[in-house]
Amino acid sequence: MLKTERRGSFMGRMLASEGAVSVLVVLLGFLVGTILVALVGKNPLNMYKAILQALSGYNIDNGKMNVRYIGETLNYAVPFILCGLSMAFAARAGLFNIGGEGQYIVGLTVAQMVALLGPQIPVFHWVLALAGATVIGALWGGLVGVLKAKFEVSEVVSTIMLNYVALYVSRMVCLRLPGATTYKTANFPESALLTNGFFQSITNGSMLNHGFFLMLAAVVIYWFIMEKTNLGFGLRATGFNRETARCSGIPVVKSIAVSMAIAGAFAGLAGGIVALGSFRYGRVLSGMDNYGFNGIAVALVGNSTALGTMLAGLLFGMLKNAQALMQGKQIPKEITFIIQGLIVVFIALRSAIAMYLDWRSKRQLQREVLGK
Amino acid sequence: MSHAIEMSGITKTFPGVVANDNITLEVADGEVHALLGENGAGKSTLMSILFGAYTADSGIIRIHGTQVDIKDPNVATELGIGMVHQHFKLVHNYTVTENIVLGMEPRTRFGTVDLKAAEKQVAQLSKLYGLEVDPQARVENITVGAQQRVEILKTLYRNARIIIFDEPTAVLTPQEIDELMQILRRLTAEGKTIVLITHKLKEIKAVADRCTVLRRGKAVGTVEVASVTEQQLAEMMVGRAVQFELEKPATSIGEVVLAVRGLSVADSTGALKVKDFSVEVHRGEIVGIAGVDGNGQTELLYGLTGLSPVLAGTIMLNGVDITHASIRKRIELGLGHIPEDRQKHGLVSEFTISENCVLKDYYKAPYSNRYGLLDHRRMDVDASQLIEQFDIRAGQGSGTTAGSLSGGNQQKTVVAREINLSPSVLLVAQPTRGLDVGAIEYIRRRILDERGKGRAILLVSFELDEIMNLCDRIATISKGTLVGIFKQGEVDEREIGMMMAGSRRQREAQDVEN
Repeated sequence: MLKTERRGSFMGRMLASEGAVSVLVVLLGFLVGTILVALVGKNPLNMYKAILQALSGYNIDNGKMNVRYIGETLNYAVPFILCGLSMAFAARAGLFNIGGEGQYIVGLTVAQMVALLGPQIPVFHWVLALAGATVIGALWGGLVGVLKAKFEVSEVVSTIMLNYVALYVSRMVCLRLPGATTYKTANFPESALLTNGFFQSITNGSMLNHGFFLMLAAVVIYWFIMEKTNLGFGLRATGFNRETARCSGIPVVKSIAVSMAIAGAFAGLAGGIVALGSFRYGRVLSGMDNYGFNGIAVALVGNSTALGTMLAGLLFGMLKNAQALMQGKQIPKEITFIIQGLIVVFIALRSAIAMYLDWRSKRQLQREVLGK
Repeated sequence: MSHAIEMSGITKTFPGVVANDNITLEVADGEVHALLGENGAGKSTLMSILFGAYTADSGIIRIHGTQVDIKDPNVATELGIGMVHQHFKLVHNYTVTENIVLGMEPRTRFGTVDLKAAEKQVAQLSKLYGLEVDPQARVENITVGAQQRVEILKTLYRNARIIIFDEPTAVLTPQEIDELMQILRRLTAEGKTIVLITHKLKEIKAVADRCTVLRRGKAVGTVEVASVTEQQLAEMMVGRAVQFELEKPATSIGEVVLAVRGLSVADSTGALKVKDFSVEVHRGEIVGIAGVDGNGQTELLYGLTGLSPVLAGTIMLNGVDITHASIRKRIELGLGHIPEDRQKHGLVSEFTISENCVLKDYYKAPYSNRYGLLDHRRMDVDASQLIEQFDIRAGQGSGTTAGSLSGGNQQKTVVAREINLSPSVLLVAQPTRGLDVGAIEYIRRRILDERGKGRAILLVSFELDEIMNLCDRIATISKGTLVGIFKQGEVDEREIGMMMAGSRRQREAQDVEN
């Protein structure tokens, strides 16, 4: 009886659409961020100048254009998007993948190993390294999936634990790599790097690399699996209503394991791309890079769709790139984290928005009924 | 005649729905007043307003002549209004007495709960109104009928003068229903006023003095029950002529399709809920499982469909042992299932109708090719056909999400999918629960059609009428065991009711006489 179509105004319909809510939430995050900047006595305009420069490369203060900033924004966005896809893929199957970070770290580690120890054949070398990163990510995620499916181990707990296992295993392994000190290894051979000369030339020497293509491919693959294949159909059914899926004969146990493995593959690939695209040497990690955790927020903002996650990842990449520029303009870079945090909080408030809408349409109906 | 309750001009809207539209209800002091209407007609909303769970948008309520503002259930309690909910609100590991006095406990001098005094009061009340309960028993150990009596005592303990019963017979056996009817008469004899929310005409004829009929949020009228027939009441409720009994063409009963032998199934906590249950279903027959809710019917179906593992016994489908087969394997071998809870087991409410229609065979041709790619167009075309064939009312055709459909149309979607898979055995659980009369008629007819096509159908229902109406054979279940299995016509409702309560003695005695 309470099930009704959301009636009425353009605003109502806008807010009813999930994508529109995400856009609204992002704008709200920026609005509150702007107010905060103003409250600490800085000029919010400088924040937007930095954002404009990160987006377009145009420095409004001196009128100079540097396309390198665009390249860096895109490059920063790649791991955000891939880790977002990781979180989103699991979420569509009804799972909460907190383990993107761990899957990212094992991917990064294997990519560094292959880069330093693998055969130095052009192209093949980095392809092999990234393939290794993807596979280990899939295994790392798939392990969680199997534990969940077979023994009902909560994926939230096991992924969090495995994040630490991944970090310390990574340190142990990387300390044994050639030329390892406490924080870095020897330089990678040229053949292992993802450097893309064409991108470098058009973006004035940014770090943008082959990983960008792989990210685009991952977005397409994500969309394709989810929307076009019967594997995705089963996963989505499982995610929405596990009991109905089971009752309809969908192999739920397999779905869970497979979706965690695919989620892990995305994060593992992200680790590989960061390792070989953004650095010339292997890193002995002393802490987490946090791409995996940020992926959770990216997926939330992107509403776990392929396109939405890509756009949200670009936003996060842009913010990260804008941090240094903000500091140059006396805006504390922490404001970007605050904006990110606010966006996530507002996303969580989505149900409150829905409640408000219900209340509004109720009022409207009351007026109609009582007015007649 | 003074009025215990006067509700006039009550209007209540929910987003998109006018649940109560200018309803006027007058209940005389000391009468049993029935409130009749289909699901969604606004009965429960109206009573929730009276009980203070909702606030009306407009309208006036008078209790014993005084205009009142019932802001919340506490105010209702103070005004002497009590409600016996359809789903009991009892604490299971508390005793009967503790449940009754909860929130209004008598205190000793030291401020502790005076259980002795409470028990005495409960015993007194129970004697006065003929409500038999053991004040010291734990609620989890007493029967559903006794739990209902505890609910009634709760309202009496709070000095209720007006008691609202929300669909009180839904969970009772026929014998318990008879007892309840007597209790209702006793209560009015002691000066209480009763409002009985129901959609069962028989009960109204049995116990109510007057009846107000609601239809789509509006009051259709109030009638003296003695002066109308059940048929007339039904027409008032639905707004058109209703066919009660469905024509059931004779079919030829064929070989055994589903053979269940010695089945034992436990629930999720490990408690054995089905014990040594055997039944056979033939081609072209409907076998009904009659029983009170919670006597193992759910677990029986879980065992048959593969949702729960089978502890002992065998299930043969068309001669193939499926006792331990996977759910998908069972479906492929021809086991259809219209589940009891369509939201939980039948539909993915975020999915469209066309996605829901292929939930069980999306991975096969023609919906998937050999590379695992889905053919969305084919899904939509086939779903559109089913929508037409099964008269599913959907705003956006095959692209409508299942969650936005009404209950009846959701059920039709499930029924369409299951029938379209043309299974050799169809397990049907509570197929008409919560549906309006039109949808009930339609779904029952569809089930009979399937019988005509030679399907073997196992029907679980808590509505004895439904079982009596549809089935060729009737099996009764009590506490997970088969009490007896009979051909339609061999037993009457009363006897089945006895067996639902677990008593097989009378039947056996008769058998001996025969």
